[in-house]
This record gives sequence, C-alpha cells and structure tokens, in this order.
Amino acid sequence: MDEIQKNLLLQVADLHEVPEGAYNIRSDGESAGRRTTENIDIITKTDKPGIDIIIKPGTKKESLHIPVILAKAGLKEIVYNDFHIGDDCDVTIISGCGIHNCGEQDSQHDGIHSFYIGKNSKVRYVEKHYGEGDGKGHRILNPQTIIELDENSHMEMESVQIKGVDSTVRETRATLAAGASLVTKEKIMTHGTQTAETKFYIDMNGEGSSATVSSRSVAKGESVQIFYSEMNGNNQCTGHSECDAIIMDQAKVKAIPVVTANHVDASLIHEAAIGKIAGEQLIKLMTLGLTEAEAEEQIVNGFLK
Amino acid sequence: MLELRDVSYHVDDGSKKEILNHINLKIEDRFTAITGPNGGGKSTLAKMIAGIIQPTEGQILMDGEDITNMSITDRAKLGISFAFQQPVRFKGITVFDLIRLASGKNVSIEDACQYLSEVGLCAREYIKREVNGSLSGGELKRIEIATVMARGTKLSVFDEPEAGIDLWSFNNLIQVFEQMHEKTNGSIVIISHQERILDIADKIVVIANGSVSKVGKKEDILPELLNGSMNCRHKAGGCIHG
Repeated sequence: MDEIQKNLLLQVADLHEVPEGAYNIRSDGESAGRRTTENIDIITKTDKPGIDIIIKPGTKKESLHIPVILAKAGLKEIVYNDFHIGDDCDVTIISGCGIHNCGEQDSQHDGIHSFYIGKNSKVRYVEKHYGEGDGKGHRILNPQTIIELDENSHMEMESVQIKGVDSTVRETRATLAAGASLVTKEKIMTHGTQTAETKFYIDMNGEGSSATVSSRSVAKGESVQIFYSEMNGNNQCTGHSECDAIIMDQAKVKAIPVVTANHVDASLIHEAAIGKIAGEQLIKLMTLGLTEAEAEEQIVNGFLK
Repeated sequence: MLELRDVSYHVDDGSKKEILNHINLKIEDRFTAITGPNGGGKSTLAKMIAGIIQPTEGQILMDGEDITNMSITDRAKLGISFAFQQPVRFKGITVFDLIRLASGKNVSIEDACQYLSEVGLCAREYIKREVNGSLSGGELKRIEIATVMARGTKLSVFDEPEAGIDLWSFNNLIQVFEQMHEKTNGSIVIISHQERILDIADKIVVIANGSVSKVGKKEDILPELLNGSMNCRHKAGGCIHG
C-alpha cells in the first residue's frame, strides 16, 4: 500500500496499520486484505460486487473494519455489503470511504450497506467519508444504509463527512420492531461548490420502539445541503429528528422534516435550526485573544466535533 | 493604567440618544466597582473597555497607549479580559476547550480543573461538558469567571457577575472575588449592584445618566450609597438600585 492509500485509510478508519479483529479492506475495486474471526465471517458475493458479513449470535465486544479506498481516478463502483448480525450480539463496525482523485475523470463509490440486526443485539456503526486530490475529476459518494432492527435491538450510527467530497446523496432507511431503538448522528461540512443531500426514512413499526435522527452541518462557500427526514410512527413509539446547521458565505441549506403519526401513542418531534454563527460567540472568543477567523474556526470545529 | 478621557457614546435611532457623556476615569486600583442605576451606561462602559463598543468621542488609554481604535482581539492580547453579563453558549465547545482558549496555551486538564475549583465548581463533573443550554445560569457565570481567571491579564472587567445567580451561588461568588482581590497581580473592574461586592472594592465609581456622578474610596462612597442617597435600596438582597 502506498502513502496515498495509507493516508486515506487513516482518514476514514483511523487506521495506522492492520486493525485488530475482523477486517476487509477494499482498494481500487479489489480486496486488499481480509481477516475473519471465529465469530465474524466475511464472504465475497458471487452475483455482484460486495461482501456478506455473518456475525454469530452471542458475539460480544468484537469489532469489524471495512474501509474502502479509491486512489485511481475515473473509477466508479457500486458495492453491496450485507451484515447479518445474530441475536444477542454487541459489536462495533467501522466503515468509511476515502477518495483521492488527481485526474480529470470523476471517481465514485456507492456503498449499499444492509444491516439485519438480531434480537437484543447492539451495534455501533461508524462511517467516515473523505476526499482529497487536486484533479478536476469529482469525488462522488452516494451511500445507502438499510437497517432492519429486530425486537429489542439497538443501533447507533455515526456518519461523518468533513472534507473533500464534491457530491453526495446519502440515504438511510430503517425499520424498527418492538422495543428496538436507533440513534443516528451525522456531521457534514461542505465547501466550494459541493453538494450534500441526506435522506432518512424511519419506520417505527413495533411497540416501544424509538429513533433519534440528529444532523449537524456546516455549509461554506457556495455549497448546497439538503436534509430530508421522514419519520413514521406506526405504533406506540417515540421519534425525534433534529437538524442544526451553520450557514456561511453564499451557501444554501434546506431542511425538510416530515413526521407522521399513524398511531395515537406515537410521539414525534422535529427540530430544525439554520443560521449563521452568532455574533456574540465570535465576540466572546475574540475577547479571549482569538482573531475573527480563528474564532470562526473554533466554533465550526466545536460544532462538528 | 486604564484611562478614559472625555469618552462619550451616542446612538442615533431617529432621535439622538446619549448613553455616555464625557466620562473621565482612571482605573489604577486593584479592585474598582462600578455601580449605579440600571440603564445608566455601566455595561456600555464595560463593553467599551473591551472594544466591543466604540466610543463616538474621546480616548481610551492603556498604560499611556491610545487603544481607542484597537480591535477586541488586540485589546485582549494587550491584557484586557471581559466577563459577559450573559455568558455566551456554544454547541460543541467544552468547558475545557474554553479554558484552553482563554489561557492561550495548551493547559493540562489538571490546570483547567484548578480554575474551575477556584470558582466553586466540581471540576471533574464539568470539564468535558459543553458550554451550552444544559448548564444553568449560575454554572455558566462561574465558567465565564474561570475563563477570565485563566487568562490572568492585567485588567479584568466583570459585567454584573451576580446577575442571574441564586443566593447560594452568590455566597460562593463573593468568596471568589475576595480571593481574587487578594491574589490578583492586575486590576479588577466589576460592574455590580451588590453591597457585598462593593464592600470588597478599593474604589467605587457611580455612573448615572451616562455620567460619573461619584467616585472615591470605598470607605467614603459606600456609606453614602447605603445611607439612602440613592433612590432605592432593597436591603434583604443587599442590592442597591437607583
């Protein structure tokens, strides 16, 4: 692996070297390394690009890394990764995609991740997206995450896209059975002429299910962001979606919340706040000796931390 | 060290309104309390010292240097600190971040905790918390004071530190300022209505209707204020109002 690939790996998965536990590294459309464990099996799909991950029931405190890196300009791929997580598991899955594009052609990775999470299981899923390179070719990422949460299972999903991705359409669809809970947190920063669109479709079908969708974003330059969240309460459930965005320069941010209660005991909340950095926040940090630009940087970094 | 020379501040919102009129003031003592009726111009004066508001007339000098047109940042670097009456909230910035930024260096968690302990906060519980709406008014005020302490500058200006603080916290606050009075190497300026804070001061300045109406040693001014020369005094809270 060369320096560019190593840096991409560091950015998306915080990996300096081969991770502990199970892993599958995909580099420029090919497998660049894999390790399975007694409890976590990884099988290459035969009908389409991608892998099946089978996690045995009762697997606890294990981790799986599945980073994807694209350093070859002009590469476009759709990859299907299916996660079959047995009952009573407690696992952490670190995903992510880094693109380095120095060429003229667009590079694109569309990862379609499907999670089938068994009863009483807990999954923490982290996905980082990163782009770099000074070529004219765009760096495009269109991830889809499909989540099926069985009874009393829990998933926490964190997605981060801070730098260098020119265009992204992120779609997350989840269905929740009785007692299941989902917490998603996304952090996005766009600059230049980048566009980022995130869409959430959450169906709370089971009694006592709950979901929280939280989005924090910063839009700089002439970038455009759209946040769309559709939450359906189909049973006794609680749902909370929130979108909090800082807008700067000539950027545009749009938040479209849809909350639908199809059951009398569904309790749903949506909060959306879009605005520029408060003047008093800048002044406070300037009274500590920071310049206006430094203050702005600290506020943005803190907001997305 | 800080001198206000013939400073005025007017706003023009259709009709000209005079907020401060020809203020002449020297701040040299360790502890100066500025008091006076609400709306008299005290907070405007404090913000003017920090550079948040520019005077329409007059000069501000620090150690003889004219800082009238100096930015907030440059004044901060020169050694002026300012504690807001209503502390600013941030999403994502932690108490530790704020103290680190205030100190201007890479302070350790232990050092940051020390500042919090000095303002009566149990440091371990607060250091990683965000400076947001989850903190109470009293907690935010104390964190605000801790950031000014962490800066350790030659001039610290506090705009009504007691505002929004409950009685229990207030007793702690008094102790904080008593200790600050003993330890400081610089000058402290406090805008306050509270008798107990005025009682710590070396010098008291009374500002009313945009002008300095009285200035002098605490021993001379405070009894005068307490003897009812001001319009009103609420004794139960030890609070002096104009």
